[in-house]
Amino acid sequence: MTRLSEKELRIAVLAIVGFAAVATIPLFDDGYYLSLSVNIALYAVLCTAWTLFSGPTHYISLATAAFFGIGTYTVGLGIDVLPFPVLLVIAAIASGLLAGLVGVATLRLSGVYFVIFTLGLAELVRQVVTWLQTNFTNGVGLYVFTDMGEKHIFWMLLALAAVVYVTGWLINRSRLGFAMRIIGNDELVARHVGIDVARAKVILFVVSGAFIGVTGAILAPRFAYVEPPSAFNPVISFQVVIMALLGGTGRLWAPLLGVIPFTILFDQISSRFPNHTSLLIGVAFMAIVYFLPRGVSGLIEDLRKVRGDFGSAAKAKEAVR
Amino acid sequence: MERRTLMKTFAATLLAGAVLAGPAVAEGTIKIGASAPKTGPLAGGSAVTYWPAIQLWVHDVNERGGIDVGGTKMKVELIEYDDRTSNEEAIKNIQRLATVDKVDFIIPPYGTGINLATAPLIAKYGYPHIAVTAVTDGVDEFADRWPNSFWTLGTSTAFATTLVDLLKGMRDAGQINDKVAVVNVADAFGIELANAGKPALKDAGFDIVYETSYPLQQQDFAPIISSAKNANPDTFIAFSYPGDTFGLTKQAAIADLPVKAYYVGVATAFPAFAAANGPAANGVLGAGGVNAASDKYQDFMKRQIEVTGSAPDFWASPVQYASLEVLEQAITSAGTLDKAAVIDAIKNGTFDTIMGEWKFDHNVIRKYWTVGQWQDGVFHGVASTGVGGEVAPIVKSGWN
Repeated sequence: MTRLSEKELRIAVLAIVGFAAVATIPLFDDGYYLSLSVNIALYAVLCTAWTLFSGPTHYISLATAAFFGIGTYTVGLGIDVLPFPVLLVIAAIASGLLAGLVGVATLRLSGVYFVIFTLGLAELVRQVVTWLQTNFTNGVGLYVFTDMGEKHIFWMLLALAAVVYVTGWLINRSRLGFAMRIIGNDELVARHVGIDVARAKVILFVVSGAFIGVTGAILAPRFAYVEPPSAFNPVISFQVVIMALLGGTGRLWAPLLGVIPFTILFDQISSRFPNHTSLLIGVAFMAIVYFLPRGVSGLIEDLRKVRGDFGSAAKAKEAVR
Repeated sequence: MERRTLMKTFAATLLAGAVLAGPAVAEGTIKIGASAPKTGPLAGGSAVTYWPAIQLWVHDVNERGGIDVGGTKMKVELIEYDDRTSNEEAIKNIQRLATVDKVDFIIPPYGTGINLATAPLIAKYGYPHIAVTAVTDGVDEFADRWPNSFWTLGTSTAFATTLVDLLKGMRDAGQINDKVAVVNVADAFGIELANAGKPALKDAGFDIVYETSYPLQQQDFAPIISSAKNANPDTFIAFSYPGDTFGLTKQAAIADLPVKAYYVGVATAFPAFAAANGPAANGVLGAGGVNAASDKYQDFMKRQIEVTGSAPDFWASPVQYASLEVLEQAITSAGTLDKAAVIDAIKNGTFDTIMGEWKFDHNVIRKYWTVGQWQDGVFHGVASTGVGGEVAPIVKSGWN
């Protein structure tokens, strides 16, 4: 591996300082702001993990709820038998495995077929889980009672976020990441230059699915009661896509720019106008899509470009990228 | 001038915050928070059962001049949040109520899952948790785990077994034979009821001639109803959720399902059920029930329509209202807003509610309604775990 450049070092230091600062949040507040932070961290991890796959490939996956639910159920089923960290590993393997199977079967599909398939996947998994529970166990609900509080969940999510970022960064530097960028730009070209397109996509889908599964597992103790409608909630899938797209998917950090403002915006709307939430969120969406078609990161890059036009720095930067 | 008023209000708010944070002193208003679905899958149910009952109670209390706290009348201020039927939102809302709004009391959320997901938090902040819309067999375990929690609507098992007892009575009276069809929605409540109900039916000597389960959000019920019809039972039981309760009943009426006892689950007790089915609703059995003829319920129904414009259901609406009466009377008998003292008062007190006299037995109400039946436009309770005042069930005779 090549040595880190000075710029990368600077980013790494900044990231570490940032993570350390964020990790102290539970020391200042263990009430509402912590819960809000947990929700932000939750969607930050989900959206970034989603972007690992969907960013470079431009495949919109609505399977987030399926992987998330598998993680949640792993903990629900195993919490009385196995230690929690082991369950996190199992959750990663189980959802990674599912992603692999699905990937092999469907990643040859493209465009809208893939979207529809992934949407159906979450429902399929939910029905299978329900069927298994109906026929082989008593009742559908599972109880997850632990001593873990909001702050523990927050720290776990933060640690997971760090792993996701590092993984994403490593992938970007690797041959796989390079291959993915070519696939994203033109799949036909990628195939012609000898890239195993299907294999590359499956690997990335597995990585992304495994991270989402672990997120679901971490969240299970927060639910206390795990049942299919909450574990495989399709709203999660849609919210992740919306937030990630609003942030932008071109950069690893871009989804974060969608997650933070929009979690806070949703929260403000739903607390101030509890009777008109859907209406106002809908209006907010339309405004955002209209004014920020390329997401927040797109806006930032546009601004940079405008500034850069005065000098020649922008061109040089673009070349470095 | 305006500015000064603003400053005063600000100072008063700060002061109130400081006062309320310390040992509670009766002054000003009592802040009560509520978080439940206003949007999402459960919004339809909470719009019937949860929000109107709360709105009526707040109206009633304030019209009386407030809650008596150690001799001072304190008015109630309600803070409402929408949890969008999501656990994450619900948890965040409870945190906000407890730590930002610093409410004095919290009205627990709507639905079994969300009640359980928020229970650890509500316990952490020491609020009394009087759960209403949560039917589960775990009530005793939960009451042990969270000593601040109280459970009012009953257990799944009792809902199924009292139904079987009711049917047994009808069979022994020669009203129905022993052939029964049982279907259920493959989701929490439906599965728990089916798991408890089927063995109970067999023990009671019934012959299950048709059984199946169907996924949540199923739309087409024609195959189920026609299969059930072919099996020719006298009794049809569906442990169903709101959507399928309506769908199955519509289909049964279309197919003219020739049964003498017809039971559907959640939402049968909603006024909308009678409105949607007209005369076909007559004789339909369903989950829930209430002593509908009692003056207390009649008065509650009349006033809720007057004040909120929406009619209560015949099951959990009055229980929701009663849970708030418990809170009010417990605050008064404790004479303070101190949460621990109020929890104690709930544990040990006897309460006069629209559901009759309530006393918690190890944090659980043991006498509750389980089965009701539409009879001439009213959903009367026909089975309970010993509430008293049950109406005799009638035989279902046709669909028009």
